[in-house]
Amino acid sequence: MRLTRRDAVRGGFTGAAVALLPIRLHAGVEEAVEAFTGGAAARTADLTLIAPEIAENGSSVTIELRCPGAEEILLIAPANPNPEVCNLRFGPLTGNHDATIRIRMAESQELVALARMPDGTFRRASAQVFVTVGACTG
Amino acid sequence: MQTIDATPRVRVPATASVGEIISIRTLLTHPMHSGQMTDANGDAIPRHIVNLFRCTFDGEPVLEMDLQTSFAANPYIEFTARVPRSGTFEFAWHDDNGDVYTAASRITAS
Repeated sequence: MRLTRRDAVRGGFTGAAVALLPIRLHAGVEEAVEAFTGGAAARTADLTLIAPEIAENGSSVTIELRCPGAEEILLIAPANPNPEVCNLRFGPLTGNHDATIRIRMAESQELVALARMPDGTFRRASAQVFVTVGACTG
Repeated sequence: MQTIDATPRVRVPATASVGEIISIRTLLTHPMHSGQMTDANGDAIPRHIVNLFRCTFDGEPVLEMDLQTSFAANPYIEFTARVPRSGTFEFAWHDDNGDVYTAASRITAS
């Protein structure tokens, strides 16, 4: 097969569209992140997000969150119909600023967690989870 | 608005030393309808989830959580708490219908 200039242009556009797709699909995530951080940068440290690499049942995926000293943690599942999963606010009697929870995941995706520290800075962590059978909806 | 059979279950150690960090496990049986599913007739099942969970120790906050529709049915929450003295851990789940389900567990610290 001979590659014409037209083919090359078409291929280029398709490639660009595919490359942009995940960003467009999950545009709501950065909004949720910004609503939480107010646009401040979040360092990837201190915050631990433990999720299974493979989740066979998207209706119930066990997630562990921990961030020593944090005031609040937000968990986001970007590909769910409603990406925000939960906010954890720790009181003075918290033990290790942690929680283990079970969430719904509509499809395979990268979970994002954000933590707000008492000094007003933010932490970020993420974990890729492959979901075999997605939850009907989140 | 249908009623549901929501039963809270909590597991808190009966005793601890003062200042010890203990693990608490909680579970509420609740369907957590996300509002996006349909029943057998194809009618939408209205959203009905637990949207707030709160744990306190003699009124002092331990953990407060806002839950969204992405939270799994029968919300399971495990977390840690520091035991400052003997007292009672109180748990409350608030759902969309305005129902509040509560549980309490006493702990003796030595």
